[in-house]
Amino acid sequence: MMKIELRFYATLVKYAEKNEIPQFSFVEIEEGATIASLLNKFNILEKHVHIAMVNGRSVESNQGLQDGDRVALFPPVGGG
Amino acid sequence: MSKIVRVNLTKKEVKLEDVPKKYDGLGGRGFTSTVVAAEVNPLCNPLGKENKLVIAPGLLGGTNCPNSGRVSFGAKSPLTGGIKESNVGGTLGVRLAKLQIEGIIIEGKAKDGESYVLFVNKDGATLKPSNELKNDLVYNAVEKLRAKYGEKVAVACIGPAGEAKMAAANISVTDIDGVPTRQAGRGGLGAVMGSKGIKAIVVDGTDAPGVNIKDKDSFNKAAKIFADTLKKDSISGEGLPLYGTAILINILNEAGALPTKNFSSGRFEEANNIGGETMREIILKRKGNPTHPCSPGCIINCSNVYKLEDGTEITGGFEYESIWALGANCGIGDLDIIARLNRLCDDIGLDTIEMGDTIGVAMEAGIVSFGDGEGAINLLKEAEKGSPLGKIVGSGCTCLGKVYGIERVPQVKGQGMPAYDPRATKGTGVTYATSPMGADHTAGYVIAMEIAGCGGKVDPLDPKGKAELSKAFQVATAATDCTGLCLFVAFATLTDERANPAVVDMLNAMYGLELTGDDVTKLGKKVLRTERDFNKRAGFTKAHDRLPLFMTKEKLPPHNTVFDVSNEDLDSVHED
Repeated sequence: MMKIELRFYATLVKYAEKNEIPQFSFVEIEEGATIASLLNKFNILEKHVHIAMVNGRSVESNQGLQDGDRVALFPPVGGG
Repeated sequence: MSKIVRVNLTKKEVKLEDVPKKYDGLGGRGFTSTVVAAEVNPLCNPLGKENKLVIAPGLLGGTNCPNSGRVSFGAKSPLTGGIKESNVGGTLGVRLAKLQIEGIIIEGKAKDGESYVLFVNKDGATLKPSNELKNDLVYNAVEKLRAKYGEKVAVACIGPAGEAKMAAANISVTDIDGVPTRQAGRGGLGAVMGSKGIKAIVVDGTDAPGVNIKDKDSFNKAAKIFADTLKKDSISGEGLPLYGTAILINILNEAGALPTKNFSSGRFEEANNIGGETMREIILKRKGNPTHPCSPGCIINCSNVYKLEDGTEITGGFEYESIWALGANCGIGDLDIIARLNRLCDDIGLDTIEMGDTIGVAMEAGIVSFGDGEGAINLLKEAEKGSPLGKIVGSGCTCLGKVYGIERVPQVKGQGMPAYDPRATKGTGVTYATSPMGADHTAGYVIAMEIAGCGGKVDPLDPKGKAELSKAFQVATAATDCTGLCLFVAFATLTDERANPAVVDMLNAMYGLELTGDDVTKLGKKVLRTERDFNKRAGFTKAHDRLPLFMTKEKLPPHNTVFDVSNEDLDSVHED
């Protein structure tokens, strides 16, 4: 198992609530996990996640995760 | 028949003129920049009688096209020394367009100590002495003006900073509730208005003739399609109305591009405390309004009304840029303090972005400490008083940095940078460096792709291809700024193939033209060339199209990157 920091933003905070975890928390996931498998584990619909960032870089859903990664999930956001 | 209102403060003369062919069909930024380039000596002192303040609604202003109410202010900037256009929402643009006024040109200069209101209605325009408003804070002045001229008037007003001709002074415009929450903020145009002796422009739209549309059926059809694209877009239709523009605080923070403590880091520990999500919760709890249109016909509703805990309506139009500037950039993580700072800026009449940069530099200089909210409030109060320190604060970050000997001053062409660190959003850095406006995010909003992933995703840390991308955005924005459309229509125009053709169809239906998308691109290029040429004649060279050197040397955490777009790439932006 490995530990990552999982951060939900904007409308995706509802998924933290559904999983009964805080908006920002450290969670345990399987070795070899990807963004896609992470979303699956927490029952997060992939279509709701417009941007997934790992350590501040936007990634695709097949991105592999490492122990200690900071993962942030966003719906479509913009402004200026 | 459209007309131009020409006001000469030296002669106290107001004339209504027919629109000459060379100024016809421009609109907004196209109108202001063309007039400034044609009529203002590029070598003039921006606060002298030779400068002109030009105001123009957009080509689609006053119609039922959604989000078409922006109005442009233009002049030679006292902050940058170059050409400036700053556009704003609120009610002014719509009122002017419905009165069939294509532009107002304010020239000459009143005697020192004189103060006037320019009153505009269906019969024309008049200058009215307004000594009773002298040094009034903006909210007070607007209240008096609405009591005198009627609640429905649109007002553009300067505060004590504009009257004192401070280089960071803005022009405030009333929103749909008559509150001056909207600012033409950038480049010190409030100081130009103050130098002329104009405290406020009051526009009464009673019995306005309205705009002429040649083919109403075609126009309405295209407007309906355009509205549908804005509503269906997930950013303009969902994200912005829910959380406002402050939704960006957290994503920029995660991306490591949220300038923090005078651009020394890209992450702020307290970001979530000042983000759009927290702001929405606070607003709902205190019964403010998280979803508010600033302008008639706005269907995005990204504005808001923010109350303090005791129910005082302290500010509105509480935006990402202002919250970042007066918050993260100053190390302040308390939304209530930031709201008070925002209100002070709006009341004194100072640009929130420039003030956030300036207070950040003042904190670096040790005048007050990072995170010291009360200290920041006191700095703005010095500006209100017009003390020597206050005048330095009101002159912007470049001035304060020089006076206090600070090297880390985030500016281009003398204008402070907005809320995206160019070392972690390199396309936006190209826009800061090469826009004729100085450091201005709206001039070429590459963030849409670099951060929001709208219209395609690009790596914000990669310097490759960013000059090309910035150029495309700068051209498209210059064209958009002629139409009166809010920049936030870009989220739909980047993703919905129906949006851009709908805009072209509306222009054609309104004016009886046969424009294509290419013609609109050409218009954008023409506006940029006009602005660039003015700056060249004012003495600007390629050396001015650069970021401060420290940004190419000093690594920005957390990605530890520098700005490394080559000078050749930067120069390519203006090659044709």
